[in-house]
Order: sequence, then C-alpha cells, then structure tokens
Amino acid sequence: MFLIHCPYCDEDRPEIEFSYAGEAHIARPQNADAISDAEWSEYLFIRENKRGIHCERWWHTNGCNRFFNAVRNTVTDKFIMTYEMGEPRPTPEEIEAARDDD
Amino acid sequence: MTTDQPNPYRLSDSGTRQISFTFDGKTYQGREGDTLASALLANGVHLMGRSFKYHRPRGVLGSGSEEPNALVSFDRGAGRVTPNVRATTLELYDGLVANSQNRWPSLKRDVGAFNNTFSMFFPAGFYNKTFMWPRSFWDKVYEPFIRSMAGLGLAPTKPDPDVYASTYGHCDTLIVGAGPAGLAAALAASKTDNRVILVDENPALGGSLLSSEKASIDGASITDWLAQTEQALRQAKNVTILTRTTAIGYYHDNFIALAERLTDHLADAEIGQSRERLHRIRSDKVILAQGAIERPLVFHGNDLPGIMLASAAQTFLNRYGTAVGYEVAVFTSHDSAYGAAFDLHDAGVHVPVIIEARTDIDADLRDSAAARGIEIVLAAAVSNCFGKWRINALELYTPINGKTRRIKCDALLMCGGWTPSLHLWSHSKSSIKWDDKIDAFVPGKANENASCVGACNGDFGLQTALEAGGRVAGGEATYTVSEVPFGRGETFRSLPNYKDVSKQKAFVDFQNDATEKDISLAVREGFSSIEHVKRYTTIGMATDQGKTSNLNAMQIASVAVKKSVQEVGLTTFRPPYTPTTFGALAGYRSGDLFEVERKTSIDSWAAENDAVFEPVSIWRRARYFPNGSEDMHAAVARECKATRTSLGIFDASTLGKIEIVGPDAAKFMNLMYTNPWAKLAVGRCRYGLMLREDGYIYDDGVVGRMAEDRFHVTTTTGGAPRVFRHMEDYLQSEFPELDVWLTSTTEQWAVIALNGPNARKLIAPFIDGIDLSPDAFPHMAVREGKIFGIETRLFRVSFSGELGFEVNVPAHYGRAVWEALFEAGAEYGIVPYGTEAMHVLRAEKGFIIVGQDTDGTVTPQDAGMSWAVSKKKKDFVGKRSLMRSDIVANGRRQLVGLLTVDPNVVLEEGAQIVADPDQPIPMDMIGHVTSSYWSETLGRSIAMAVVKGGFDLEGKTIFVPMPGTTHSAKVCNPVFYDPDGERLNVG
Ligand SMILES: [Zn+2]
Repeated sequence: MFLIHCPYCDEDRPEIEFSYAGEAHIARPQNADAISDAEWSEYLFIRENKRGIHCERWWHTNGCNRFFNAVRNTVTDKFIMTYEMGEPRPTPEEIEAARDDD
Repeated sequence: MTTDQPNPYRLSDSGTRQISFTFDGKTYQGREGDTLASALLANGVHLMGRSFKYHRPRGVLGSGSEEPNALVSFDRGAGRVTPNVRATTLELYDGLVANSQNRWPSLKRDVGAFNNTFSMFFPAGFYNKTFMWPRSFWDKVYEPFIRSMAGLGLAPTKPDPDVYASTYGHCDTLIVGAGPAGLAAALAASKTDNRVILVDENPALGGSLLSSEKASIDGASITDWLAQTEQALRQAKNVTILTRTTAIGYYHDNFIALAERLTDHLADAEIGQSRERLHRIRSDKVILAQGAIERPLVFHGNDLPGIMLASAAQTFLNRYGTAVGYEVAVFTSHDSAYGAAFDLHDAGVHVPVIIEARTDIDADLRDSAAARGIEIVLAAAVSNCFGKWRINALELYTPINGKTRRIKCDALLMCGGWTPSLHLWSHSKSSIKWDDKIDAFVPGKANENASCVGACNGDFGLQTALEAGGRVAGGEATYTVSEVPFGRGETFRSLPNYKDVSKQKAFVDFQNDATEKDISLAVREGFSSIEHVKRYTTIGMATDQGKTSNLNAMQIASVAVKKSVQEVGLTTFRPPYTPTTFGALAGYRSGDLFEVERKTSIDSWAAENDAVFEPVSIWRRARYFPNGSEDMHAAVARECKATRTSLGIFDASTLGKIEIVGPDAAKFMNLMYTNPWAKLAVGRCRYGLMLREDGYIYDDGVVGRMAEDRFHVTTTTGGAPRVFRHMEDYLQSEFPELDVWLTSTTEQWAVIALNGPNARKLIAPFIDGIDLSPDAFPHMAVREGKIFGIETRLFRVSFSGELGFEVNVPAHYGRAVWEALFEAGAEYGIVPYGTEAMHVLRAEKGFIIVGQDTDGTVTPQDAGMSWAVSKKKKDFVGKRSLMRSDIVANGRRQLVGLLTVDPNVVLEEGAQIVADPDQPIPMDMIGHVTSSYWSETLGRSIAMAVVKGGFDLEGKTIFVPMPGTTHSAKVCNPVFYDPDGERLNVG
C-alpha cells in the first residue's frame, strides 16, 4: 500500500485514503464544436499507458477531497513527486532531480 | 533402541510433559514442545501423506515452513478443520487431532495410488494436453475425476466459528526472522530510540540456533545466549516481539502484512478467543533475516519416506530430541551435511555412509568422519532407493567403475546446497543477482529502505550472521563465536545414474509431483522461458511456492535449454510467503460485518413491519411489505393498487443528495447536466440528466432550486458517490474558476415519498408555512416550511405518475415523521410500499432507471429523452460526443415499450430479442429486455427494452426466444399509463 504525499494536506497518507483518477495534463478542448471527431476521440479515449515516468491524477477522497497531480514511475511503482492541480507538468530535469528510484 | 517405551526414536530426555495426540484415528504419545512431525517421528512414523498427482507415500522433507510433503488436516471439531497444515509447523498439544490427506480409504490402502502405476500417462502438461477434447468430457468425466483423485486436503464444510482479529502498527525498524542475524539486529536496534518490531514464524526465538547444539557465543552455550538475549529484548521498552508470526507479504513503501497465530497451539482454544491476528505494519526500515533453505538432491526415488534434508534431521535431533532413524545414510554435495551426520553419530545413531557427489572434500571433514568411523564414498551417487512405506536400503553407484552397492538404512539425508530466502525481498520489487560462489541468487538492489542480512543475503556462518545483523541496525558489536564451519558445496545440474533417464522418478517439486524428466520434456516440447516451464510443469506453483524446488528446477532447465542460470532467471515470488487462512485475511469482516450495510432512519420501522429487504448498492431497502402469507406478486399488486387509488408511503431516503452552492451554482449546473438551469425559478424543480464526456447517460434525478445560488440535487441511490466525484473532478480540474461548493447531504435528509390521489389531503393538516394549493404549489416545485413542527424541504414531484410529495426532514426525525404520517394515513387506507412496487409504478409511466434501462452505452436520443437536452447551451459535459458520427448513425439500440401478445406472459429481464424467430442459431440478436413486470393496474404484463432501430419498429412484432418456447411482443411507446399526465392534477 503506497504512502502518497498530498500536496494540499502536505502529508504522507496511506493509499486507502486516495483514488486514482487517470492520466494528468489532458486538457478538455475549449473549441469542441470546431474539432474533428478524430481529434475529439483522441481527447476522450487515447491515453499514453506509459512504461516509466507517468503523470497522473489522484483524488484525496477520504481526506481533503482535492484532486492533485503525481509523477510515478510505472516500472518501479515509485511516486517521484506530487503537485497541485493547475501546476504545469514538471520538466524532465525537475523529475530527474526528484528521483531516487533509478 | 528399546521398543517398550512410547517414543522409540526419542533420544534426549528433556523432562517436558508427556502428552497424547491422534493421527488418522490412532493415539500416540508426544511431548510438549513437539510439532506433529517431530512427535510422529519419535514414534517411528514417517508416512504422513500421499502426493498430489501420483498418490505416492510421502514423509517429511523439511522441518519447518518449507515442508512440501507432510500436509495434514488439523481437526478441532465442526467448522474448525484446517486442511493442508504442515506437520512440521503444527505445534502439539494434549489431545490434538490430525488426519492425513489425499488418500482413500486410508493412508496405506489408497485407491488413487494407481495414478503412480500409470504415471507414464501423467507427464508434464498432462492436464493441458489430455483434457482438451471433447468439451463435454471435460465437464462430465475429466474434471470430476481430477478433482477426486488429485489434490490436497478437503475444504471445511461447516462455517468457521472462530474469531479473527486485525490491527495496524507502525515502527522504525521491522526485523523479519529471529535467527542469529535478526537477533543481533534487534539487540543493536534496541539500544537506539527506534521503535522495533521483531517477528518470527516459530514459537521460540533462535532460528537456526535452535538446531545448533555445538556452537557457543561469547563463551555462553547457545541455550544460555538465547535466554540472555531474549531477556534483554523483552526488557527493552522499544522492542515488540511477535512469535508464531509470519511476514506473509511485503507491499509498497515498507508496508508488511504479518499473520500471528494466537490459539492453534493451545489445547483449550475456546471459540471467541481471537484465533489469528493480521498486523498491517508500516516501518521506516525493514531488515530481512529470513535465512536460507536447504536444497534436495534430485535422484531416482528421492521422495520415499525417510529421505529428507540433512538440516531437517539435525533440527529434529537437536531441537526435538528425535532421531529420524538409527541407520542414517547421507548423500550430499555440500559440507553442511557433515555437521548433521556428526551430530547424529555423536547422539548414538549409526551413520553407515556419507555418499559425496564431489570428487574431493576438505581434509578436516575427512578426518572428522574417520575419527567417528564413518565411511565416505567420493564421486558417488544414490541410484535407487528401496522400501515401500519407508526407505530400508539404498543403492550406491560409483560411475568411475560403474559399480553399485546396496546399503541398509532406515533414513537418508540429502543436501544439495542452500538457497537464500528471497521471497519477501522479491515481493518488494527489489532485484536479485546470481552469485557463482554459492550457486544461488542473492539480493541485488533494494527498491525500498530494506536490507537482507545473514544467510538470506548469501552470508553463511554464525559469526558472519551475528556481526552483519548488528551492523545493519547501526551497532558495532563483535562476537566471539565457536562454531562448526558452514563450509561450501558444489551444485550438480544432474547426478550420475546408470538407469535410462525415462525410467527414473527424480522429484524436483515434491508438492506438485513434478520430476526432472517433466522439465526436460517441457523444454523438448518448446517451452524455453522459465515462466512457461513453470506453468507447464506446475513446478513452484504449489502452496509451498517452490521453496525447496525453484532453484533445482531452474538449474535443470538451464541445462535443457542450454543457457546460463542467469539467463534462465527465477520465477516471480508472490505473497503470501506461506499459506494463510482466509480467516486471517478477512479479519472482522465476516458474517454481519462482511460488508458495510447502510440503513435509513426508517429502516427499523420497515423491519418491525415485516418488510422483505433487498440490497441496492450497499443500502438495505424494503422490497415489499407482505400481509400475512402474501407472496411478492400479491403484495406488490396490492401496494400498487393502493397507491394508484388512494395513498402509498415509500422510504426514498437512499436517494443521493448533493447541495450545490455558490455565485456560479447555476453555471456549474449548466455544465454538469444536459438541461438548462439559468432560467429555472427559485422554488421550482427540474428533472436533470447527466452524461459522461463520451455522451452516455451517467445519472439522473430531480433538482430543486432553493435560492439563486443554491440547488438541491438528487441522484440515483447507487450513483451518489460517483456523481459527487464526477462533479468534484470537473469543478477542480476543468472549471476551477467557478465559485461553487459541493456538499454531500445524502445522510442528512430522510425522504418520505407520498404518492396517490390522497397525498395532499394527508399532509395538509400538518404543514406550516407552505400554501399547498395546486396553483401556489404546482407539480415540480419545492418549498421550505414545517411538518409536525419540524423543518422540511417539501418537494411536489412524482416517480409514480400519481400526485406526489417528497417530505425531506433532518434524518434523525425520519422515523418519527414517517410514523406520524402513517398513523394519520389510516383514514385513507395508507399502504407502505417497497422498491418492487416503486419499480412497477415508474415502469407503467415509462420512467427509466439508470443502470437498468441504460447500460453505459445509451445516449439521451437512444433513451427517447432528447427533450431533456438543451439545444441552446454552448457547452455541457457530453455535448460534443452527441455529435459523434457513430452516435448519430442509424441502427442504434433505442429504448421502447413491449407488450407481449399473451398479456399473461411476463418476460425475463435480460432476455435477448430477435426479429426472426425461425432464423437458425446463431441468431441475430437485436436487443434485450431491460425492465419487465406484471402491471396490476393495467391487468397485463409490461416491459421496456432496448432494440436496434426500435423507434421505427413501433407496432411491429419482435420475438423473445426462451428455453422451450418463443414469446412474441409488440413494440410500443414505453409510457403505458396515463400518457397525458392527468393524474398529477388532483385538486
Ligand atoms: Zn489532502
């Protein structure tokens, strides 16, 4: 069971307090009417399913009720960092600096 | 050896109490402190079980939790039978009852043993190959046959009456294993300010020390050193010691599951005492000191009772004072077995020969053996074993001259080297690496804050273990140790034998009955990955997880596939480390506590009034209220009729409720629902339809506008949590600029639905502050006032098509208001109704239930609910998807009504629908029945269905094929009753 750092509570809390909420940084198209079915499908259905560094959303369901972002290595299953909703995707350098899982 | 004493194979007289126990119906004597295995061996009983596939006689292989053979059923009476318990870990108590398994009618006369005679028909992959065809034979012949003939113990047939506890724990240092390395680590950690937990699966601390008579530590005997160490640890306030506790799994971020056995060793384990306790421990640091497991040698006949690991015999001797025989031969390729041979000899057992696979050994060992008069034969092997129920002789083979020699013995010890225990280490996703020096895998890089010390790190020897254990916990203690050197060994990928390989039965995995031959066969048949070989031969897949077999299997496979052992690799270890009872995992969650059951504040009234309940998500809801001996059909017909003609009362408290508040509340509602909200007046309600972003119906419910900035939203009973999440997700992730707060209020309100022409008359005398007249309080409106003096949000809504009110009161007033209304309703013949009547009433009106009439692929258009979708709104969740080409395409399944041609036929919900009943199978299925009921009001059956192109089929006949008959039905509009809604307008 993971220990997950909620950036709003600023505490490491056990995984049972959280729910996974899918890949992060997938913006809802603002111009939905103007884009093609293919582009809309891309937004709806296509996910990276990445092996390695993955940005994803978590919800502190049984805690502060906030959604936040996390960077996790899907190979080692290690959280590298978590950050508040709305913050930009960390750069590869920032992720590298935060890693201790090689 | 004297046969008149109760335990003819007992050597030491330790003075512990004599106790009796029963195995397979026969009573024996044992001693306090024995395991079932040591007590049986003390009685000279080696035959303890039958093997899984071939039903071969088996005795113990090991002396602890690695044991693959000696599995027994531990019987404490009805419901308290535990199958597949290892005799080597089952602690003896006075009156213990155990039985052997996988044999019928008895251990010695077992009809299944013919599997062994015909074993040429049971090679690797036998199940996969033989039982593929024909299918009907699998169901009727093969599977029942396999189930009865192969297998382990029988599952208990009665409910388990025992109680199981569970708890959480936190510490700085968790030490797994209380052998020399673990104890030294605990001693060092006890001197820090760390909170320490030390666990061991045995009843006593000591691990391998309990079997090492001859060593001494810092001048003290092992017994004395252990006593001092245990006292020091028990006095340390920061150390918790858990014995009889197995670390069964190692999960993310140093989360360890421990299964503690509390009463299995007690003669008087009463029901009600916790039998086991599952600890979930989070530790900053984990020290694994799990030791190593000895490997068997793989030779023909190596599974005969009496043949066991050398270390097991040493443990039975030194820890339990039991000789495994009086003529004990040894077959080894590692120095460590000599220690066992010497201990046995020194205790008075005759060791006729040490058969050494290697060509040379150290002079020290040779001299020690010579001094004891023990013959050593180098570069030799055991080529055959004799005896039916227990070994009575072996055949020694020396390949250099091709000679064989028969040697009498009543036990044979074997040692093929040692395998560090990396199970938990691997659970944690830490890596392993091959170590040529010891021919085994050792820990690689840690994936957690964890270390392996001592033998499980590949560091053998007592002094090494003690000092490594101390160091890893931050100590610097040195130890003065006198010990028998652990020595070294050599691994033989295959042992010499003059016999044809195909005629040999050399077991690798004793528990799954897999042999060397099976591995070679798997490789010959093209399985080259070790994971495939494992699955094909089933090696390592038994309940012992291959503790004694994995490395041998891998080494044999490496020869067969002509790859190095590193390239072949090891299969994955998975929790639990040893078999764990379901009780321990379930903990308190059994019986009534198996799942959380939510009850409304009115539930107790329903129970007192003989309601029949049904689960709806995790709520318990009254399904119907039978009068006397009424069945459901009669009760529901009566409840429906009363509601349509006068008055019904229904507990709707389970409806999900969310309060949406803030300056941007209406804007937010506009984005979350398909309907328009901006112009909904305060005090009015609207039916809201919610989609997912993919355009499919997600939830629905009536929403009341309480103020400009406040909405009272209701959701389906099961949908409340997911709707709340869906709303929070969009609010936080996509629309954070909106100034809105969401609060789940499901539990805050009790909701009493009153439906029927007399609904207004019933409540009128008790309402304050609300004008109930139809003009002032029209259908789909909400008012705040008081009922019986209690604050209420009163909705005028209807899910039945009758005049309806939903009385919302604070939940703790729910039952009081219900009872007051019920009492006052007597005048109108008020009838309580349950979910079944509610379903019928709504179906008569064609109202959908999300999740029953929709299934996650139904759009508003498909459900005939385009009217609920705003054409003007610029955006709402799901809007863009409603324009996707496949959603607007023809031929989608659409929600329609069905009227069976025979009005008495009630279709089965879920039944498939076809257009042509005469089409040969497989038929084209064009839809399915979603809702189907007997309508007492209409005097006939009604149904709803999703049917391909259904809207265009109105008036046409479709068919519902069922076993033995085919029903026909006409497609119709799903509003069966009062299509113009006139019944809502009762004056
Ligand atoms: Zn939080």
